[in-house]
Amino acid sequence: MRNEKEIRDLFPLLDIKVNDRPLIYLDNAATTQKSKEVISEIEKFYSLENSNIHRGVHHLSQLSTDNFEKSRITVQNFINAEHNHEIIFTKGTTESINLLASCYREILKKDDEIIISEMEHHSNIVPWQICCQNTGAKLKIIPFDEHGNLDLETFKNLLNTNTKLVAITHISNSLGTINPIEEIIKLSHEKNAKVLIDGAQSAAHVKIDVQNLDADFYCFSAHKLFGPTGVGVLYGKEELLNLLPPYQGGGEMIKEVDFEKTTFAPLPFKFEAGTPNICGVVAFKKAIELIQRIGIDNIKEYEDKLLSYATEKLTKIGGLKIYGQAKLKSAIISFNIEGIHHYDLGLILDKMGIAIRTGHHCTQPVMKKFKIAGTARISFAYYNTFNEIDKCIDAIEKAKKMLL
Amino acid sequence: MNLSIKEIEKEIIEEFELFDNWVDKYEYLIDLGKSLPKIEEHEKTNENIISGCQSQVWLNAKKQNNEVHFFADSDAIMTKGIIAILIRVLSHQEPKEIINANLDFINTIGLKEQLSPTRANGLVSMIKKMKIYALGFEKKL
Ligand SMILES: Cc1ncc(COP(=O)(O)O)c(C=O)c1O
Repeated sequence: MRNEKEIRDLFPLLDIKVNDRPLIYLDNAATTQKSKEVISEIEKFYSLENSNIHRGVHHLSQLSTDNFEKSRITVQNFINAEHNHEIIFTKGTTESINLLASCYREILKKDDEIIISEMEHHSNIVPWQICCQNTGAKLKIIPFDEHGNLDLETFKNLLNTNTKLVAITHISNSLGTINPIEEIIKLSHEKNAKVLIDGAQSAAHVKIDVQNLDADFYCFSAHKLFGPTGVGVLYGKEELLNLLPPYQGGGEMIKEVDFEKTTFAPLPFKFEAGTPNICGVVAFKKAIELIQRIGIDNIKEYEDKLLSYATEKLTKIGGLKIYGQAKLKSAIISFNIEGIHHYDLGLILDKMGIAIRTGHHCTQPVMKKFKIAGTARISFAYYNTFNEIDKCIDAIEKAKKMLL
Repeated sequence: MNLSIKEIEKEIIEEFELFDNWVDKYEYLIDLGKSLPKIEEHEKTNENIISGCQSQVWLNAKKQNNEVHFFADSDAIMTKGIIAILIRVLSHQEPKEIINANLDFINTIGLKEQLSPTRANGLVSMIKKMKIYALGFEKKL
């Protein structure tokens, strides 16, 4: 059973006031708040453990290296990777995708094809555009229908033996759609194409099992699952990561440096040049452990209830239109109210202590598809409550009265 | 005789002193936004757009008898309210006055604080664009 007080107490920031009102934080798709355990781990690291990793023989270096590597194992278990060296630490989803795209830039040829979807975050569009510009490869796009479901028939037609990579978001950050990635991976593998899943919106909300999915690459950001900013993960199958050229050159990623020829370190260090965000990675472990303690299935079940409750209430507001009503949805709701600009709504809700997102959410193609400039977006996390939804709905009604 | 920029600023400060809560202040801005004359669709061009992250503003200006007249529109009503205030202060003034205006009143009436930080950028770009128009007219003298 979810103990509301216990879970709320774990997140100190949820207790603050904004504009003299108790904060209602509904912008979790942008970033989540941090748990006490994550915050105190950061303080503990810098107070008692700070040292560079993998280099020193001294006590502190051993300690921080151990803790850093323990986090890698925690992530490995969290997404059920086969090996811990398949977990590459990056600074976020964006860097994970750019890492892979820059490797693919070295191996793609003219006539090769990459498939993405129309609902991707700009982070999963622009790196592939650059990659295609540099190699002459072609970028193909899977469209979605008016409810926000991907058009799998078109996808099947786009797939062919030239398709080298399919890069798809697990959950759309603007529409909330949970994409059928199992099927997408299966279809892609039939044509020998590899698949990258952008899991930025999934890690705190749905179960991830990369082996069961048979995903070739999977990435996400720590800050969207109660962890620190500046830490992300790129998972890749061992044999694929071994085939890829290195990403950045520098310390840590080499075996031996000689001006004639440098040999590279084995996985995962080949992709982790330079000093990483050690403290962030160490504290990230606490965030994952919290999710494991609650149980991702419990999280999903509770958030589904929040989603249906909020959707039902919002639908009753006159003139309100929800963008994204896919069959399978995560707890993200994008909407507009007829005659009201999302920015005006956001400003007024902010005055009432309610944090929502407004704008295009880094998914301009989605906005273009619906012929809108942007939306207001509510996105939930496990610590949100039904009471907060009620207050938000009241606030929207009030704002509507002011604005119309 | 027109009021000077300073005099209009003083008027606005006095009006805003009457509001003791944000609701009244916002409602006033919304009303101002609604009453701002619209500009024609064909006058909303790529040349006169100020693209913010959140809302868009179109700003035109023309000169009559050495006075600059501003016309503006936005897709967001609160933004329009702010524009209405800026137009009230800066329209029908001489280019030189516009260029030299320091517009302290924005802080005094709490607009900068209310509409920051991504938001204040829009305000800053709007003022900049108005001054650029004025500068252009001044040069043509
Ligand atoms: C679907 C999706 N992909 C990628 C990103 C980029 O994540 P980050 O900014 O943490 O690198 C986001 C973040 O909003 C996202 O929602």
